[in-house]
Amino acid sequence: MKALHNFVEGKIKPNFEEGAKLEKLWPVYDGLYTFLFVPGHTAHSGAHIRDGIDLKRTMNTVITALIPCLLFGMWNVGYHHYNALGMDVTFFDQFLFGAIKVIPMVIVSYGVGLGIEFLFCVLKGHQIEEGYLVTGMLIPLIMPVDLPLWMLALSVIFAVVIGKEVFGGTGMNIFNPALLARAFAFFAYPTWMSGDKVWINTDVAEGQAVVDGFSGATILGDLATTGATSYSAFEAFLGLIPGSVGETSTLLIIAGAGLLIFTGIGSWKIMLSGVIGGATMGVIFNLVAPYAISPEQQAFMAVPFWQQLIFGGFAFGIVFMATDPVSGSQTEKGKWVYGFLIGFFAIMIRVFNPAYPEGIMLAILFMNTMAPLIDHYVVEANIKKRQKRLELKTAGA
Amino acid sequence: MSDVIKIKRGVDINLVGKAEEEFAAPVSVETAAIKPTDFKGVRFKLSVKEGDEVKAGTPLLYNKDDEAVKFTSPVSGEVAQVVRGAKRKILEVRVLADKKNEFEDFGSADPVALEREQVVEKMAASGCWTFLKQRPYNIVAETSKTPKAIFISGFDSAPLAPDLGVLLDGNEKEFQTGINALAKLTSGQVHLGLNASKPVGRVLSSVKGVKVSKYEGPHPAGLVGVQIAKNDPINKGETVWTINPEHVVIIGRLFLEGKFDARINIAMAGSEVKERKYYATILGAAVKNFIEGNTSDKKNRIISGNVLTGTKIDSEGYLGTYDRQITVIPEGEDPEMFGWLIPKPDKFSISRALPSWFQRQIGNPTYELDTNLHGERRAFVVTGQYEEVFPFDIYPVQLIKAIMTNDIERMENLGIYEVVEEDFALCEVVCTSKIPVQETVRKGLALMKEEVG
Repeated sequence: MKALHNFVEGKIKPNFEEGAKLEKLWPVYDGLYTFLFVPGHTAHSGAHIRDGIDLKRTMNTVITALIPCLLFGMWNVGYHHYNALGMDVTFFDQFLFGAIKVIPMVIVSYGVGLGIEFLFCVLKGHQIEEGYLVTGMLIPLIMPVDLPLWMLALSVIFAVVIGKEVFGGTGMNIFNPALLARAFAFFAYPTWMSGDKVWINTDVAEGQAVVDGFSGATILGDLATTGATSYSAFEAFLGLIPGSVGETSTLLIIAGAGLLIFTGIGSWKIMLSGVIGGATMGVIFNLVAPYAISPEQQAFMAVPFWQQLIFGGFAFGIVFMATDPVSGSQTEKGKWVYGFLIGFFAIMIRVFNPAYPEGIMLAILFMNTMAPLIDHYVVEANIKKRQKRLELKTAGA
Repeated sequence: MSDVIKIKRGVDINLVGKAEEEFAAPVSVETAAIKPTDFKGVRFKLSVKEGDEVKAGTPLLYNKDDEAVKFTSPVSGEVAQVVRGAKRKILEVRVLADKKNEFEDFGSADPVALEREQVVEKMAASGCWTFLKQRPYNIVAETSKTPKAIFISGFDSAPLAPDLGVLLDGNEKEFQTGINALAKLTSGQVHLGLNASKPVGRVLSSVKGVKVSKYEGPHPAGLVGVQIAKNDPINKGETVWTINPEHVVIIGRLFLEGKFDARINIAMAGSEVKERKYYATILGAAVKNFIEGNTSDKKNRIISGNVLTGTKIDSEGYLGTYDRQITVIPEGEDPEMFGWLIPKPDKFSISRALPSWFQRQIGNPTYELDTNLHGERRAFVVTGQYEEVFPFDIYPVQLIKAIMTNDIERMENLGIYEVVEEDFALCEVVCTSKIPVQETVRKGLALMKEEVG
């Protein structure tokens, strides 16, 4: 370690220091150096000792929580592919097929996203911050597997530049960048982001054919169009259903949620209130289902409320996207309201508007814009309390 | 008697190197100094020059805006040096102590029989006034103001802090006299906050004429700011003074004996100190004789005060006026490979993403922490962190952001009058983004003082 550090300090660092040839690329050097080493910076003002946590470890914990979803997503892609072709192959074959599909998405997401981050940091002379590490992992997990890589790349560019850098980079964005990427793709390339063709890869090699009666629709797609689905709730819970790459397995999402809640890095308040919000809307739909305007909608509304929570991207969104601390509500009281409304609106949107079966995306983006307002009222209450205290005092005196 | 106030938000950081509760052999004090940097909100003017002979209690400096308030020499001897920094700002006035131990005579008097003005005058002239700190703004108390209350915290909950019961032992009479003097200064009461979970010692338990409240819970339970907030929060336009109990003893001596007798007891603590004990010394003493031969050979940081709020000094430095301990911990200048990834057990954290939390569940570990930041400065990302260690009814992050944007109205609305730097020390420790919180609060207080007054 010492030798490597000496090499980096002695041979590499001088090239990037002020006045050297690569001076402008200092943020890139600094980003890579701090990836290798936590620097020997000491406290110069204020407290002399500091907590061992930093943003890198925080982000890394979130990525760790996402890994099970990623791995399962890879296998699930292969599983559905070979099912569609009616082929009986080994677990390993299924995983391999999915990995070949998904890993390029991850590479494109990180490559393009980090590339832009580095570029902006170099232009602005800022340090590279870690925000994109989680975003880069989230984006491939919330896209359909058949989305062309160039569309993915464009979505990433939009999300990073318009969603984040124009606001000042990590910590300053209003919207969750990963969801912004998805929203961009959704509205720019709707045929690649919805319908029943994109969720399961059905590329056929010579001698292969898609089985008769195959449908590639997601549960929500089915429910929105026909009011019925062929998948059982148990399959949906385990994740053996078509959908965006990493969003299908509620079981593994709960495992990830467990890690986030346990480490305290994801807000349990947002997660819990989100689930309560979704369940509340689900129950309301259950109750009013008899009065629905069409038989399909009636069937969709009648879906038991708890099943609404395991279909589609609801669980993934609540656990990994709604809990983004930057775009979410920042006060502890506000988090309850914020999470509840996300869950509530997500289920409402998906049932009322069959064109947007993925209501969780729009619900979170909408609540991202509302989060500062929620915080405003929470903080305002504190201010009012303080003013009231003063008034009481002066009235008494 | 009084109910116990439970402090829930906070954390005790147990460090290696607590001082044993016994006194070490006395260490001679060759020089002592007044450090103007200890006192906020004062424009200093020198009243002596290098080479002048002074007694204990002779003014070295005074406040240009409040001329009665003198900053006096803690020892008798000769003004050795006036250390100045950038823009000729006075950093230290050093006095070489002689063996004569002479005192200025301010005349003894029973404060109970004195008028308020006489108490103020005596304290201001002798240097005792500078012990009083004023909120809002955390400045030296202004003689023109009458505070609605005076608060004293009778225990120190900071890491490695000494036990005040031991530090004050044997000064019952002085402490009581000091309290009697303080009672003259406020229109309200003198409040004393005591530790509910430990014996507090005879001095603090036997004192009369104070309103006692008891606290239980982790640091910052012992911070006077927390105790004010739980008792009688400061509203806009109100003034509260605070003072350390060891300084009350010095005030007591002033009224009993008529002299500025600045003897205090301090603790030497920290993982790099060899003889971790309590020491009898003098206000503003040079730390050299405490450090030499008494610390490890590592590259160390010497802190006047505790690890949360103390001031970094070098081995030629001096004890700060408001500090009751010298802490020595290792500097942390070594880079750590993949330090952000490896869950090493030697780091303290309130986050459960590191092993520290588990360690604290199964046992009572002590940490040998150095001064490393463990990461780089970042924008605010994580939320809910400050709130875990901040027992005020204030939104800490929102207030810090208001300060960063110089938003005076918002700072006022969010409660800046109620807090000082040290109240935010734990927020700074636990901050994922390594934001310099105390420095920011100082900036905010200074701006408010300038703009609002």
